[in-house]
Amino acid sequence: MVCAPSAAVFAAPKKAYDLSPVQVADGLWMIEGSTEYFTSENGGAIVNCALIETGTGIVIVDTGPSRRYGEALLEVARGLNGRGVTAIVITHHHPDHFFGNQVFGATPIHALPETRALAASEGDGFADNMYRLLGDWMRGTEPVPPNADIASSLLEIGGRTFQTLPLSGHTGADLALLDQKTGTLIAGDLAFLNRAPTTPHADLDAWRAALSTLEGIDAAAILPGHGPLDRSGQSLTQTRAYLDWLEATLEDAALEGLDMVEIMASELPPEFAGMGAMPQEFHRSVAHLYPQIEREALPLGN
Amino acid sequence: MKSVYLMAAVLLSAPALALDEPRTPLSDPLQSGMWSYHQKNLLGDPEKIEFDDRVIVSAPASAEDSFNVPVLVDATALEDVQQMVFLVDYGPIPKILTYWPEQAEPKISFRFKIDQATPVRAAVQTGDGVWHIGSTVIDAAGGGCSAPAAAYASDDWEEHLGKVYGRVWPDRGRVRMVVDHPMDTGLADGIPIFIIEDLELANEATKEKLARLELYEPVNEDPAFTFYFPDGALGSEVRVEGRDNNGNEIDALISAVVSQ
Ligand SMILES: [Zn+2]
Repeated sequence: MVCAPSAAVFAAPKKAYDLSPVQVADGLWMIEGSTEYFTSENGGAIVNCALIETGTGIVIVDTGPSRRYGEALLEVARGLNGRGVTAIVITHHHPDHFFGNQVFGATPIHALPETRALAASEGDGFADNMYRLLGDWMRGTEPVPPNADIASSLLEIGGRTFQTLPLSGHTGADLALLDQKTGTLIAGDLAFLNRAPTTPHADLDAWRAALSTLEGIDAAAILPGHGPLDRSGQSLTQTRAYLDWLEATLEDAALEGLDMVEIMASELPPEFAGMGAMPQEFHRSVAHLYPQIEREALPLGN
Repeated sequence: MKSVYLMAAVLLSAPALALDEPRTPLSDPLQSGMWSYHQKNLLGDPEKIEFDDRVIVSAPASAEDSFNVPVLVDATALEDVQQMVFLVDYGPIPKILTYWPEQAEPKISFRFKIDQATPVRAAVQTGDGVWHIGSTVIDAAGGGCSAPAAAYASDDWEEHLGKVYGRVWPDRGRVRMVVDHPMDTGLADGIPIFIIEDLELANEATKEKLARLELYEPVNEDPAFTFYFPDGALGSEVRVEGRDNNGNEIDALISAVVSQ
């Protein structure tokens, strides 16, 4: 043996999520994620999850970015209610919202049919990228798509009833849930607050229409997909204002003949510059949206 | 799969090649294992070559879309630029594009398909024969080079082939254009290489040649460029002509938009 590894190597702690549930309504807890982008420090704990008490156990809405996160979430649920987890609901197919699924075994995992299909077709590609971004936090994580369709406007679990709103715009299928007992709207990634909205699968017109639908609900509180709990509706107005600004900025850039790198170098307005995950999310959105926008803005030359 | 094998072959042969020093060994600021190989084989082992901060390569630190990685190269701090060669250190096909700016500024924006995290280089040759090298690093999830073009998802792609969308801003010395083309690398299973090879810009009124490009496989599907010109170099109309490797001709007239 040449040299023995120092004790410090073995003492390095396993990376662990520190999830603290905060009660935001009667029998409804929120786990609030960081508003950062994915980093090897935050382990992808950038998403909000909800835990809701029912007569048969806890319903979890969105299971986080990794197997280890799902395990931590299961511990939290057990601490809240002796009956454990009775069902899962997934708002949409983005990896930070469903990669904890594999921990929950045979528990029903509800989602819109298109979300189930997208999670199945895109899960492996997402996993490659998440392993690259998060490293050891992802150890043992395998994407498990939701296993049950949400096909009616009311979902009843253990005596608690949720209105289901099948929308789209952030992705091809975005579910919002209204808890009828407390009037809490779980908006998924249709609503962001003080954190830049993400657009890899966005349809901006559909997203704005979905926001109009959510604005029409007189919710007591809105739990956005990312960012703090919203009791005033500002997550919806802020998300709309950002999408409007983003689209107008890219359309103006196309009329000026700018390249993506030039747009990325431009300064953000103060109202959006302070959002979490800026300027990374703006740069990502330029990549997602600009090719199509400029194609429509440039005249055909032959 | 094919790109993986090609890459492995390059990596395996790298140690032997590293012993075979270029005529003018450089100290690569990015310390990539592949630079001296490209210096010899892709640039022809020039004697007069240096890393030069006046060649600025701007790109996002991480590629959000492996199929459309934007790059802006600015060598306007150099005098008398003859040609600009853009390449990646790591990828199944390292050479992206050669640009002869002619009447244009030595500055260009383009997009390319990235296969893995890699340094991106701009090798800029001035009239005295010296090569000036600028670099940046782009991180990537990868796979951009070996997937089929998205165009085949729609069945009317052939109607769009060679369509040019573009606009001229004469007073700002700027031309922006997008050319519809699958730009197949030949690395996706069962899809042969199918790329635009040449593009040329000319002043429609004077017929004067303005700039010229040679494209290689890594240029993105539906190539998109911004060209930059000194004051007074552009008229209100630019003729774009080109050709792909299957002999299809590209011919378009792009114009300034008169504001109403
Ligand atoms: Zn999302």
